[in-house]
Amino acid sequence: MTEHDHPAAGPPAPDGAGPVDAVLSELMVLFPEASLERFEPVAGPVQDIVHVAPADYLDLVTAARNAGFDTFVDLCAVDYLRRDPRFEVVVVLGSMELRRRLRIRVGIGGSPPAIPTITWVFPGANFYEREAFDLYGISFDDHPDLTRILLPDDWVGHPMRKDASVGSVPVQFKGAPEAP
Amino acid sequence: MSDTPNVVTGDFEALTVEPPAADESQPSTTEERRREIHDIWVAGTEEPSWVRQATDEGSQEMLVAGADQAIAIQEGIVVSDDYVLEDDSAADERQVLNMGPQHPSTHGVLRLHLELEGETIRRVKPIIGYLHTGMEKTAETLTYLQGGTNVTRMDYLSPFHVELVFSLAVEQLLGVEIPPRGQAIRLLLTELNRVSSHLIWLATQGMDIGAISMMLYGFRERELCLAFFEKVTGLRMNHNFIRPGGVAADLPDGWEDDVEVLLEKIPVGIGEYEELLTENPIFLDRTVGVGVITPEECKAYGVTGPPARAAGLAWDLRKVFPYCGIEQYEFDVPVGRHGDVYDRYLVRMEEMRQSLRIVRQLLETMPAGDYRSDDRKITPPPRKRIDESMEALIHHFKLFTEGFKVPAGETYRSIESPRGELGVYLVADGRSRPWRLHVRAPSFNHVQALPVMMTDTLIADCVATLASMDPVLGDVDR
Repeated sequence: MTEHDHPAAGPPAPDGAGPVDAVLSELMVLFPEASLERFEPVAGPVQDIVHVAPADYLDLVTAARNAGFDTFVDLCAVDYLRRDPRFEVVVVLGSMELRRRLRIRVGIGGSPPAIPTITWVFPGANFYEREAFDLYGISFDDHPDLTRILLPDDWVGHPMRKDASVGSVPVQFKGAPEAP
Repeated sequence: MSDTPNVVTGDFEALTVEPPAADESQPSTTEERRREIHDIWVAGTEEPSWVRQATDEGSQEMLVAGADQAIAIQEGIVVSDDYVLEDDSAADERQVLNMGPQHPSTHGVLRLHLELEGETIRRVKPIIGYLHTGMEKTAETLTYLQGGTNVTRMDYLSPFHVELVFSLAVEQLLGVEIPPRGQAIRLLLTELNRVSSHLIWLATQGMDIGAISMMLYGFRERELCLAFFEKVTGLRMNHNFIRPGGVAADLPDGWEDDVEVLLEKIPVGIGEYEELLTENPIFLDRTVGVGVITPEECKAYGVTGPPARAAGLAWDLRKVFPYCGIEQYEFDVPVGRHGDVYDRYLVRMEEMRQSLRIVRQLLETMPAGDYRSDDRKITPPPRKRIDESMEALIHHFKLFTEGFKVPAGETYRSIESPRGELGVYLVADGRSRPWRLHVRAPSFNHVQALPVMMTDTLIADCVATLASMDPVLGDVDR
């Protein structure tokens, strides 16, 4: 498990920075409490990750959209169980002009865990937030239609939580009837 | 009026329409008409002229049983039109139509809740989840080696792509590199899979708008691809062939000849289908200007792949974030302009040709060497080594019982699947099973964007729009 041990550093150094870094450092100036992290895998694109508090989350998403990350890519929830805050919502935004991706990670505690919706910024988040609500029980405030999406309406509980059992049906294996 | 004689009657006068003269013999009350019609039907007397005027088809049962209103409608005195609504009656006049989940044109178990005003769709609500089997939860209980068997069942029309993106995400966290031959085999299979998936789309799109023969043709060419997949992987679908660390096996002997046959036959088929459809007036009527989505809406709703390219967004992850060395091969990305069903058709047809172009280059430049990583912590040792080396035996045993461990971390990796951006968000906790595996399914976004395209269009276009988005419900519901 990656802990929240990333350096609480401010914006990256502006020297030798490309257009992406300029956009990102401008963004990080607006949110001094958020932190930026970079993951450069052996293969595949560079990944920029922003950690943000729930209070700044909606503003950050809006600012990122205005800064050029105007494509909605992905939203999902993760249950870290023994960590505080327990849940995390991960949003991936993209920019076709900058050819970059921005991942926004926001930790959510509380019971029920609650966070503002970004459906009004990115309408594409609608179904993804409903999925996170359905499977993790995360409440997205001000969502237009926060109902179950994958599971039946009368389902009890949120099955993707780590404390939800996978469940099993007992099957009794009997010996095959012997041939006469 | 010109002097050309009327072809039917040769008489201009016959064409002039005059209001029917008041007929003395016409009965005045409904009761009299009923009696008279009763005489016609029961007693067999000759029908009077007003009955013939009432409808083109002659007298009908409705006239016998109908009230004044129905008769007036039949006679054309009162115009009945679903489009003409009283101001305050709009809500009452809406009709709710439930389409699916067992509708043949919904490509699976998609359910659409349509609110109609006459024949116009005013509101659409896609209802999904009928195929939800908790595959993301299942993924948390399977090792990384077993994970491929699970994810390959999500998008069952392009199983290689899901396997590939899962493997790429795992490899990113592992930090392993795949030998060139392994990467080329992956590309060969995924690009052929793109062709076979687009052929299914072509078959179903054709059938949904009335070109039934396309269903047979599309499956005919796809069968060639699946036969090749079966030869390589042993299975027609759900292969679990692309695995973290490389691919499961090398290509079989004589694979070049098989690919050569594919490259020969499929373009001929595609050419025939283009001849059938591209300039077909019925096909044009059903597709041009139908189901339009704008580039801005594509971005906001996360619509990717052929629908986004048809709208004019030059965005292909194979070009932007290349994977498996696809940047070494030449291919073009077709981009449309109008964002309608017809442009999606053109884009997909060209994509098939471009994929075959990549396959041709792969055939000519297939690198030699190993088809998987030689990191024995990740890929099993060759069978020969197990007899000779104790260490190899231990590795083999550990791999297939416990699985390999992936260092803690999280990553998002995406590739261009036939439907659009297929992504995997993977969280590893340092053990041999993923802590969280989330699949960003392109079909999920496409189903979500259906209301954008369908609202305020005719219900007859609903099926054409739906088919053009090519949703796979296994991918939507997971």
